[in-house]
Amino acid sequence: MNRFAELLDRIAFEPGRNGKLRLLADYFRHTDDPDRGWALAAMTGALVFRHAKPGVIRALIAERTDPVLFAMSYDYVGDLSETVALLWPHSSAAIGHNAPPPPTLSEVVEILHETPKAALPQALAALLDQLDETGRWALLKLITGALRIGVSARLAKTALASLGDDIAPNAIEEIWPGLEPPYLDLFAWVEGRADRPRILDPAPFRAAMLAHAIEETNFAALDPRDFAAEWKWDGIRVQAVVGRDVDGRRVARLYSRTGEDISPAFPDLIESICAGSFGEAAIDGELLIVREGRVESFGTLQQRLNRKKVDAKLVAEFPAHVRAYDLLSEDGEDLRPLTFAQRRRKLERFIQSRAPDRFDLSPIVPFDTWDQLAAYRRDPASAGALDEAGAIEGLMLKRLDSIYVPGRPTGPWWKWKRDPFTVDAVLMYAQRGHGKRSSFYSDYTFGVWREGAEGEELVPVGKAYFGFTDAELKQLDKWVRDHTTNRFGPVREVEANRKTGLVLEVAFEGVQRSARHKSGVAMRFPRVSRIRWDKPARDADRLEAVEALVGERK
Amino acid sequence: MAPHILAPTPAGLYCPAGDFHIDPTRAVPRALITHGHSDHARAGHGAVLATRETLAIMALRYGEAFCAERQVAAYGERIRVGGVDVAFHPAGHVLGSAQICVADARQRIVVSGDYKRQRDPTCPAFEPISCDVFITEATFALPVFRHPDTSHEVEKLLSSCRIFPDRAHLLGAYSLGKAQRMMALIREAGWDRPIYIHGAMEKITDYYASEGVDFGEIVKVSASDRARLAGEIVLCPPSAIQDVWSRKFPDPVAAFASGWMRVRARARQRGVELPLIVSDHADWDDLCATILETRCGEVWVTHGEADALAHWASTIGLPARPLHLVGYGDEEEAGVEAPSA
Ligand SMILES: [Zn+2]
Ligand SMILES: [Zn+2]
Repeated sequence: MNRFAELLDRIAFEPGRNGKLRLLADYFRHTDDPDRGWALAAMTGALVFRHAKPGVIRALIAERTDPVLFAMSYDYVGDLSETVALLWPHSSAAIGHNAPPPPTLSEVVEILHETPKAALPQALAALLDQLDETGRWALLKLITGALRIGVSARLAKTALASLGDDIAPNAIEEIWPGLEPPYLDLFAWVEGRADRPRILDPAPFRAAMLAHAIEETNFAALDPRDFAAEWKWDGIRVQAVVGRDVDGRRVARLYSRTGEDISPAFPDLIESICAGSFGEAAIDGELLIVREGRVESFGTLQQRLNRKKVDAKLVAEFPAHVRAYDLLSEDGEDLRPLTFAQRRRKLERFIQSRAPDRFDLSPIVPFDTWDQLAAYRRDPASAGALDEAGAIEGLMLKRLDSIYVPGRPTGPWWKWKRDPFTVDAVLMYAQRGHGKRSSFYSDYTFGVWREGAEGEELVPVGKAYFGFTDAELKQLDKWVRDHTTNRFGPVREVEANRKTGLVLEVAFEGVQRSARHKSGVAMRFPRVSRIRWDKPARDADRLEAVEALVGERK
Repeated sequence: MAPHILAPTPAGLYCPAGDFHIDPTRAVPRALITHGHSDHARAGHGAVLATRETLAIMALRYGEAFCAERQVAAYGERIRVGGVDVAFHPAGHVLGSAQICVADARQRIVVSGDYKRQRDPTCPAFEPISCDVFITEATFALPVFRHPDTSHEVEKLLSSCRIFPDRAHLLGAYSLGKAQRMMALIREAGWDRPIYIHGAMEKITDYYASEGVDFGEIVKVSASDRARLAGEIVLCPPSAIQDVWSRKFPDPVAAFASGWMRVRARARQRGVELPLIVSDHADWDDLCATILETRCGEVWVTHGEADALAHWASTIGLPARPLHLVGYGDEEEAGVEAPSA
């Protein structure tokens, strides 16, 4: 575990992708099974620990340290896990030549899996006793779910592929969904000691193909005749897959974009693809709620997603639907090597003849010039989207000759989102960030004006923690420190009144009604689009302006 | 109670009976100097009493005329100054560093200067001296500061050189003491290639070598060399890492050896990619242990995180007094790096 922790620590400080890759490859090369497999699982999100609440950790450290010294230390370090890792007393058991070797990552995983909840604090304390500072830091980050490694699953798999002779990262992606940690068969194959693991899952996930956002400057080099355009629907991207297991039984699954099996949440869809003509196929599409033939807004879909218990009433109230973008396999044939144009013809035939009612086709939007398409993007209704325009996020551009490849290649697919809404809001609270940003106030709660009992008051409408450059972050951080009026742990309240205050232009994708928020509204995907150093706080927007956008979509 | 034989004054600790200051922050007629770091050893005093090595280091930094009159104190030698006896004892901080013991018939006070308890192949080890009052530094006096084994930290550097043979490894380290200690530790770990150093470190490093510290082959980096130093270790003052000077090196890895590297946010703030936790100051555990070893009846804290240490002392019933002396920086931060070094 100490060794893995050192890798994580080092990677967190390494800014370059190439540098990270080499650190990972070196770790995989010099670490034994099954430890390196568990490490791969941790980095790809396949390893889920039983989470401990920060309260458990606070209680453990309180039993072991002076409260004043703890408070001074926490204030200095600014991160609970790191403070505890550094403060944790050296145990006598871990010192000296007769000390047992520190636990390996596999041992840690096993202990945490097998420990019942009630015994977790004790087991955690025993592990912390045996690890060094870096090991404790990584363990506490893992178990509080706060590990931000700075490594994507893709990067970890790419590093692993580099261990082999001529193994493409995509070759690992292909078989990945069928593999289980600690991936002994995968490492054996990559190192040339065994054949490629066979995918045993009859209804596997196929890593999704994603698009880059297009910029104005890209269009000059693109010929409209090479592309098909379709709407980008505002739901959740899914894959519906049906296969047959060795006993000939049908296996049906619904996967999220990242390959998570979300079938249990959608029994209505699963039932529909199990029955009848669907056969064995894999469809890539958008999950939407459709009522009376009309796509509902994302907010409606969220109501279904937020519900823990899925019962007949929920299913009837929020009927799930898939709008199909692509056909990835049909009757055992992998269609991904075909071009988009070829797959599209097969998809149209499939939806017409074999798909259940809950499936329909995402229509192609015909166009001749980019200017024409730009007009459709501004006003989807004018291109025939009519009353479903509210469920459209923008356009997708797909090269007609593009084969389906996992990941986010540059060139074959582009997404062209509608412009976001913006509002001028006043900064009210700032919170210290995580990781690289732990010394900066980088999470901002902002508000807009409304009529209160004692005149004009600010009401918080959202929180944003990105959208600004590093240089702007420094300026924001300084402004926060210079205008603090109150502190609550890592949060600072800043001056925000009619006279003094910092105006942030906040961009967002939409607004929904929300009973949980004091303002009664909640923004989707808010981010800071501009810092309005020039704008007086009293001229920021009012709540009515935000409320007027409820239900509107961008 | 009789007054103490030492008292804090704006110029630093002062002994009326001997009419001298210890590590004064402004020019005084008579100064006793614990060690050569620029915040403790300043130029322009009348008479200076210090170890032979500290006097030599001051002369290297400020020129031979750094004071009017100088006197050598050998470790352990008792020297009469006015109405008190003084003695210099090893502090383990840098070459020539000393604690200063001031005593009369009634009382013994030990001024620690900067000190550490970890092993350092380039200078004699700290010796605990029993006393009535121990005046300690407190640079790393928070319990989160516990310096790991230096061999472990050096191994991080060497393994990075193995993984990235195409990148130069720039190791920021304070020019006096830390740099030489790192070189010696790197040699102990088996690194047998030349070690490259920034020009600012040359004089002090040569002096250490002339005092018998063996660094193996040391090469001063010339401007034209820089692009060719892939896979090599290059020591430089911490501020040089962010300097244009560093840009000519092949894809440099920014390493930094300092006790502050224990806290990730501090390392990030400085843009460090390879933090090495190596300090020439005592860590929390060693500060506490040392105070107990001196069997002092009272502890005073000169500079650093005085409040935490004072709180700890209070929990064991030891009277503690933060002096909040100003003018002492902390050489592990590049910000106080003396430009002349
Ligand atoms: Zn010093
Ligand atoms: Zn000092």
